[in-house]
Amino acid sequence: MSRYRNFRLFKGKLSLLADRKAALICLILFVITFAVFVISTGSGEMKIDPLTVVKVLFGAGPEMETLVIHSFRLPRIIVALMVGISLAVAGGILQGMIRNPLASPDVLGITGGAAVCVVGFLSLFSDKNHSLTVSIAWLPLAAFIGACAVGLLVYLLAWKNGVSPIRLVLIGIGISALMQALTTLLMVTGPVYQASQANIWLTGTVYGSNWKNVSILVPWAVIFFIIAIAAAKLLNLQELGDDVATGLGDKVQKHRFLLLILSTALIGISVAFAGAIGFVGLMAPHMARRLVGSSFGALLPASALIGGILVMLADLVGRTLFSPLEVPAGVFNAGIGAPYFIYLLFKTRNA
Amino acid sequence: MLLKSTLMKWLGLVVAVFLLIGFMCASVIYGYTDTSWQMAIDSFTHYNGSNEHIIIQTVRIPRAFIAAAVGASLAIAGVLMQTLTKNPLASPGIFGINAGAGLAVVTAMTLFSVHNMQGFNALAFLGATVAAISVYVIGSIGREGLTPIKLTLAGAAISAMFSSFTQALLVLDEALLDQVLFWLAGSVSGRKLETLVSVLPYMGIGWFGALLISGKMNVLAMGEDVAKGLGLNTGLVKISIGVLVVLLAGASVAVAGPIGFVGMVVPHITRSITGIDHRWVIPYAGVIGAILLLAADIAARYILMPSEIPVGVMTAIIGTPFFIYIARRGFNAR
Repeated sequence: MSRYRNFRLFKGKLSLLADRKAALICLILFVITFAVFVISTGSGEMKIDPLTVVKVLFGAGPEMETLVIHSFRLPRIIVALMVGISLAVAGGILQGMIRNPLASPDVLGITGGAAVCVVGFLSLFSDKNHSLTVSIAWLPLAAFIGACAVGLLVYLLAWKNGVSPIRLVLIGIGISALMQALTTLLMVTGPVYQASQANIWLTGTVYGSNWKNVSILVPWAVIFFIIAIAAAKLLNLQELGDDVATGLGDKVQKHRFLLLILSTALIGISVAFAGAIGFVGLMAPHMARRLVGSSFGALLPASALIGGILVMLADLVGRTLFSPLEVPAGVFNAGIGAPYFIYLLFKTRNA
Repeated sequence: MLLKSTLMKWLGLVVAVFLLIGFMCASVIYGYTDTSWQMAIDSFTHYNGSNEHIIIQTVRIPRAFIAAAVGASLAIAGVLMQTLTKNPLASPGIFGINAGAGLAVVTAMTLFSVHNMQGFNALAFLGATVAAISVYVIGSIGREGLTPIKLTLAGAAISAMFSSFTQALLVLDEALLDQVLFWLAGSVSGRKLETLVSVLPYMGIGWFGALLISGKMNVLAMGEDVAKGLGLNTGLVKISIGVLVVLLAGASVAVAGPIGFVGMVVPHITRSITGIDHRWVIPYAGVIGAILLLAADIAARYILMPSEIPVGVMTAIIGTPFFIYIARRGFNAR
């Protein structure tokens, strides 16, 4: 039995090569994701057993449970899942494009840009009684604009007869330092109440998600995810390096720009709803790479699922372990992410 | 290189020192409370307990000295790091040393309720050391050894990690956020002179150690192999440079919090004035670093009058364009 299986569709106009092992692993990951989803939905102040949860999901559960799950738990968990997926895919794209395992949304300053806009938004539109003068629903838009602006800025500043991955990273590091300074400035000059508000956002949490968030987040996340899967071919080329990719007929610079835009959009929508949850974009693609290898057609779905699992688990632990105290999901991701990161640095020392 | 002959360099250094004194005086006089030269002198000779005199004696003078000492230390640490790592972007901020010290201090305040100055110093040093060693080790493992890119990435990643931990601690302890926010931004105001005095020995060792080692650094800058061939004990020199960096950066962070970019920008300015001889670069960098931080601190008082912005934010705003310029120029064009 060969390792790959051919699919030829539309009389050979579209052909795919599927890795059997990777497909199996993705399937297993999908099952785990679903299991975590169900368990997470069932845990909390009111325990609901998994079977009932599944029933409720298919619309046949008892009324009380349905109410709790629908109005409190489900939006939050869906947001966690989607944010995990988006961040992981964005991280995978960045790592492939920059060809360095340490590249991630945080290091490139894209999340930093979103943070500046959010803190700016909070301090600009607050009145003296610490209440917002405009609807909080605009906050995601601010985050999205910030992420995109910084993504573009980094790209433009790194442009010098084309963008080299190394320059992109270095400029990103510089810009992210600047963004951090600006965030601190806004937090210092604003009232303390805001500083702590902003700080929770900066750490990343899915607390307070509602169906409205879900209805905005899910379509975008799905669209960008599909585009990302379609772009996997470009990523495989990018990872070969500029010379080889150009030799193979790839428009390296144009595609690099498109990939950067795509990952920025993914980061933008996720920080918009869940804040700057760190390390997911770094960890998930790595774990996926170890499981399914480095072909992006398999890597992106696998890392998406792992990312979803990571954020859902972090949220689950954060709201149940110290209940009734809520610990932001970002705290746990930093807790798992940092040791993993050190391990990663050691493993990739010859990369 | 601006100054070519030795005589010119001496003269230049004297001019720079006068400039430094001028900036220190300006730092004492200018600010929200209007004071004059006369008042500053009076506060020493005829101290009368008036508001202005109290401000000059207890707020402005410590602030001027702290800015100068921290600026000098960070700049010299930057020179040492850039030579040691052959990386033009090297500085305590970029390499995670500031973030490490920041995390150590915040951890101490939240988990162990340390609030005295000695505890702060010790922990800032500890955090700086841990960060410096981990960045250096991570940057140098692997086949190619220490490359500028790996080192920069390792630094950025380590500081991302430390600052996310710091943030997590602050989320769990909201009351503390208010206390440490200004410190975390990097600021030289509101510190007592005793704070500076308690770290001055370390800074002093750092300054003079850097001067003593400057000749050997010239040899090291020629490259590892050449330096060994010329009979330099490169291992020992590198370790001493590392120790000096930790002393200087750790002491600065303990006093002023994490102030970025001074350590990166000043060495470049200095080299364009004096050339690459470390026996000149180090004293010049010290003086220019002090001037730069004093100037940034004075500017920080005026931008959002009457409130002040932390000087760490000022240096970041000044430093980022410079950082981008260096990054765009590339590593090999020296």
